[in-house]
Amino acid sequence: MECEICHENPATLHLTNYINGQKTELHVCQKCAMEKGYIEPKDDAYTIHDLLSGLFNFNSNLSNQPGINKSNQNELTCPHCKMTYHQFAKVGKFGCAHCYKTFEDHLNPIFRKVHSGNTEHTGKIPKRQHVHLQQKRLIQDYRNRLKTLIDEENFEEAAKLRDRIKALESGESSSDSNEEE
Amino acid sequence: MSLQSFIDSAISPWMQEEGPDHDIVLSTRIRLARNFTDVPFPIVAEEEKLKIVSNWIKTHFNQQSFNQYEGLEYFEMSTLQPIEKRALVEKHLISPYLMEKEKESGVLVSKNEQVSLMINEEDHIRLQLYFPGLQLDRGLEEAFHMDDWLEEKIDYAFDEKRGYLTSCPTNVGTGLRASVMMHLPALTLTSKIGKMVPAINQLGLVVRGMYGEGSEAVGNIYQISNQITLGRSEQDIIEDLQSVVEKLIEQERFAREMLVEQSELRLEDRVFRSYGILKYSRIIESKEAAKCLSDLRLGIDVGYFNHLSRSILNELMVLTQPAFLQQYAQETLTPKQRDIKRATIIRERLGLEES
Repeated sequence: MECEICHENPATLHLTNYINGQKTELHVCQKCAMEKGYIEPKDDAYTIHDLLSGLFNFNSNLSNQPGINKSNQNELTCPHCKMTYHQFAKVGKFGCAHCYKTFEDHLNPIFRKVHSGNTEHTGKIPKRQHVHLQQKRLIQDYRNRLKTLIDEENFEEAAKLRDRIKALESGESSSDSNEEE
Repeated sequence: MSLQSFIDSAISPWMQEEGPDHDIVLSTRIRLARNFTDVPFPIVAEEEKLKIVSNWIKTHFNQQSFNQYEGLEYFEMSTLQPIEKRALVEKHLISPYLMEKEKESGVLVSKNEQVSLMINEEDHIRLQLYFPGLQLDRGLEEAFHMDDWLEEKIDYAFDEKRGYLTSCPTNVGTGLRASVMMHLPALTLTSKIGKMVPAINQLGLVVRGMYGEGSEAVGNIYQISNQITLGRSEQDIIEDLQSVVEKLIEQERFAREMLVEQSELRLEDRVFRSYGILKYSRIIESKEAAKCLSDLRLGIDVGYFNHLSRSILNELMVLTQPAFLQQYAQETLTPKQRDIKRATIIRERLGLEES
């Protein structure tokens, strides 16, 4: 089927209109549909890279901030991989795990933009390396549940849960003493 | 090599199974990005540092098995022929980015090709698991098990506040990218997909073509995946994706029904024309092949054919890619020769169904 407007391209869009209960059909190509305003032109493909480079540019334009200015001799530099903040802003990638600490003060706005306002991890925790953290997370979960139970005036269950939290906390303090950090 | 034995070698074993909602969902992928704690990321690391990572992987995981993922084997990028690397990309076992890397990069693949660990890509480790059909929950569970198994031997870069630390800020936190590959011909044909994409984006999910960012939806195949990796748990991320995918499946099925009912003979005509092209053409470009294969698959799904198997789309989409065509031909082919070879393979493959 050819386009009913230009009679050149194949009709790829099939539009149905109802006017006063009268059904009309239109078979047109993408180009004509766009020209006639039947469909919205698609936005240019947005890539995460565009977003990021825009972000970093915004940040590095604030070059009056200490540690960001390119010409600054004391530019913020990761002691482990030698990546500077300027390089980080340019490539949009961290050089090593320690960069996260080095550039810590500048990261929240970036993470907020990229991750819809989020800045802190709430997911999986390594099992072997971070046992104490898992426990901490568990206690936090229990505390939240305790609150709900109390709100619901379910005191019997709440008392049980409180005892479990206490037991966990006394266990945690012993593992805290050999924390790696 | 006979076509059947070539297909057996080119199509990963897991792809030949049918998963849930396989009429629309081709596959589910779970990817976790992980790094070693005291080695700089590949973007800045010197070769000897990256060697620590690749040697560690080889020592502890090469020739090992984990649950059903048996016979993990490590392939070094520097030892593979360009055409072999391309074939790995076309099977989605490695990324195009890894293919370009030489320094201490490689991939650890299980025998059934369901698991692959890209080593020294953008991060030290990119763990990927594939499943047929829609299987996000199972995928996440198995990825977690595998991750725990790796972590018994690896000190991961992890921070209490930021989670798993990755080279790119877009992966930090969970390091999780869950994606679902969907065949959406009816939503494309009725232009509905374009209207749905902005809403999907608002949920922190992205819609892309089959070969990743910026690629167009060749053959009406779309990849839906999460964008946000920080501040949400893996389960929450998976749940959001699951609900959007279910909605898309529902809408696609509805659009198919409407098309069958309302297009009168037009849909059937389109499908059979494409079938004719696939069955008789002598030269076919990859784009036209993808379009016709999509039409044919839709025709199979809505019941116009009963002698053809559904796996035909998944199979031929892989087989008709440049590297596989050349592997089958066992020589380097010019684009024109490829178009001829592609038409031949498709005719032969359809011939297998009809014999």
